[in-house]
Amino acid sequence: MSCCAPGTEGALEIDRAGQGLPTSEELWLTSRSLGSGLRQTDLSVPGVHCGACISTLEGALKALPEVERARVNLSSRRVSIVWNEEIGGTRTDPRDLARAIRARGYETHLFAPGEEDSDQTLKQLVRAVAVSGFASANIMLLSVSVWSGAEAATRDLFHWISALIAAPTLIYSGRFFYASAWNALKHRRTNMDVPIALAITLSYSISLYETITHGTHAWFDGTVMLLFFLLIGRTLDHMMRGRARSAISSLARLSPRGAMVVDADGGREYRPVDEIKPGEKLAIAAGERIPVDGRILVGASDLDRSIVNGESAPAPVKAGDTVEAGTLNLTGPLTIEATAAARDSLLAEIMGLMEAAEGGRARYRRIADRAAQYYSPAVHLLALLSFIGWMFVNGDLHHAMLVAVAVLIITCPCALGLAVPVVQVIAAGRLFQNGVMVKDGSAMERLAEIDTVLLDKTGTLTVGEPWLVNGGEIQPAVLSTAAGLAAHSRHPLAMAIHDAAQLAPVIEGEIREIPGAGIEASTEAGIYRLGSRAFACGDAGQASGQSEAILSLDGRELACFRFEDRLRPFARESIEELGRLGLSTGILSGDRAPVVATLARRVGIERFKAELTPRGKVDECAAAAEGGHRVLMVGDGINDAPALRAAHVSMAPATAADVGRQAADFVFLHQGLNAVPMAIETSRRAGQLIRQNFALAIGYNVIAVPIAILGYATPLVAAVAMSTSSIIVVVNALRLKAAAGNVAEATSQRQAPASLRPLGSAP
Amino acid sequence: MNTLMYLIPIALFLGGLGLVAFLWALKSGQYEDLDGASWRVLDDGDGKPEKK
Repeated sequence: MSCCAPGTEGALEIDRAGQGLPTSEELWLTSRSLGSGLRQTDLSVPGVHCGACISTLEGALKALPEVERARVNLSSRRVSIVWNEEIGGTRTDPRDLARAIRARGYETHLFAPGEEDSDQTLKQLVRAVAVSGFASANIMLLSVSVWSGAEAATRDLFHWISALIAAPTLIYSGRFFYASAWNALKHRRTNMDVPIALAITLSYSISLYETITHGTHAWFDGTVMLLFFLLIGRTLDHMMRGRARSAISSLARLSPRGAMVVDADGGREYRPVDEIKPGEKLAIAAGERIPVDGRILVGASDLDRSIVNGESAPAPVKAGDTVEAGTLNLTGPLTIEATAAARDSLLAEIMGLMEAAEGGRARYRRIADRAAQYYSPAVHLLALLSFIGWMFVNGDLHHAMLVAVAVLIITCPCALGLAVPVVQVIAAGRLFQNGVMVKDGSAMERLAEIDTVLLDKTGTLTVGEPWLVNGGEIQPAVLSTAAGLAAHSRHPLAMAIHDAAQLAPVIEGEIREIPGAGIEASTEAGIYRLGSRAFACGDAGQASGQSEAILSLDGRELACFRFEDRLRPFARESIEELGRLGLSTGILSGDRAPVVATLARRVGIERFKAELTPRGKVDECAAAAEGGHRVLMVGDGINDAPALRAAHVSMAPATAADVGRQAADFVFLHQGLNAVPMAIETSRRAGQLIRQNFALAIGYNVIAVPIAILGYATPLVAAVAMSTSSIIVVVNALRLKAAAGNVAEATSQRQAPASLRPLGSAP
Repeated sequence: MNTLMYLIPIALFLGGLGLVAFLWALKSGQYEDLDGASWRVLDDGDGKPEKK
């Protein structure tokens, strides 16, 4: 990945930086008061990735007078800012913070609060690992002395010290396993933690008994070491989930947190979305999202409804029209009357559909759980059998007990407990570096199993932004005039014109945007108009089917700009790659059939379904599942969210709607669609390594268990066997890092031009 | 045997010191941003003390 170049900000980028930024009211609502006039705001900045980014951002923020402290966290891609509520008597506008970040060329978003709970568990787990690591190191020191020949009183002393160290460790670090095992038993199930809890308790008790009776062998070292290794596995598993969760929640939320409510007497108050009741009047500025379903009372504008119906072209609206929650108001201020509370709005309705559409993930059982299902009864049976066997052989209760404990310790799923999480953490780390975030380990297991990929059109196969196609045919002078006008609008077509032009001159004269129509500028040369044909030339003309904008001077057409939705970078290559991986592909779109057919031909997909409702998409996924296929759904809109939930596994781009991202198992941050085959490949490779690790762990048991059953497993043998098997499993997992490293470099090199393009548009 | 009487407590104490140091580092947020820390070490800054 190419490094960020500081100072690439363009003056006109800032001009329209308002779009997509959280509003100051939202920032106030989400900031935390630290007392004495200080507030803290945490913003997500997905674009930071090196030291230069850190100093650029921190420098830019600290230069603001209201900022007390600013610190970038590169691991979670966040910046936390502490700022003064008032500076020199004026209230601070927290939007300046976001604006300062945007001005340096970084995207920034709010993220939902209350996602920090998992952090607490992680911290507890890490502490438990530290304590058990300390205990096992010290007990091992004493054990080595015993093995190397400490006798009689000295040995007893060492055993006693070990027992004293082990007891609090079992309680402090072992509580995770005890709690989980108890929970499973209470519900009359068994899981991996039952044999673990049993083994550590039994081995500790028998060792204590041995110590009291001056026995030769005590298993304190094995007990604590077991705990140490297993806790590492548990912590890794947790860490991956925690990381993904915080990263995903740190992306933009498309549903606003609040809205400006206008009282009957004209007073205005900013209220959280949940408190808005039907019948209330809301003022919505250009660039804001509509918070609840409603009807327009005053004003006209263009609405970006792409997240509702997947249609990329904005729709003009006027007084009397109904608007859906989550759509983006582009050009003019509106006053709407809420017709539904937030929980009854379109967003909430789709959420309901999503809950009903629980797909493969609910039925899916994790590989580790499936293994435990067979493993733990087998282990218990084996220990019991060797106990009974030895009772028959020599009737020595003490010896039989020792053998049974040795079997339990040796078979304890130490390597098995590490086998899955180590691989998945490394795989998730690799994916994260390539801009793909994983919600949990089971998603990766499911992704390795798929045989069909279904993709949404707008926003997934395409970028969802219009792209000027006939820029070459238009005279540069005309194009730059148009760009100068377009710089005053947030309409996507205007932004596309502006992006296509090399330079955008400042146009002298009175410029105003007429919502729902276009931009008008009264200059010395005459009246320039940029907008729909009806607005610019005064006649409706014939509709060409394509989206277009006309630039006119005094009603005379100067140029006609035609637009097309641009394909996502690497779309065609990725589809080919999916074919090579042996996957069948298809398109599920809510758009019109001819448009979908053209696009399907362009990317080389044969199967497609058009004009689907959200329910239709769910039904398609369900039908494929019934046909015995395992489906990966890739989509971004709110209309895709139920299908994302219903599919076996799902993926969404970071630009997707909030619900879409919540529903998806994977979220990819970069523009390129090649994240999809990359994620599938990495998951398959991880699945392979997990199976290898299982084979290694089982192979180890096949060798070690007979030794234990025959009564030859001393604590020394157990310690050596246990640590070797764990190390082998970890080393095997690290092979993924070596193999996937090359993939990462290759894709990042290929992606460099794509990531440079947006910066190149600055004049 | 006599040497053990003070060597073992010393060993345990030193080990415990390491454990406490780790727990302290964890608590004070030293592990919050490992990727960032590896970059920050290269940042010369402007030679002025950090603005508090």
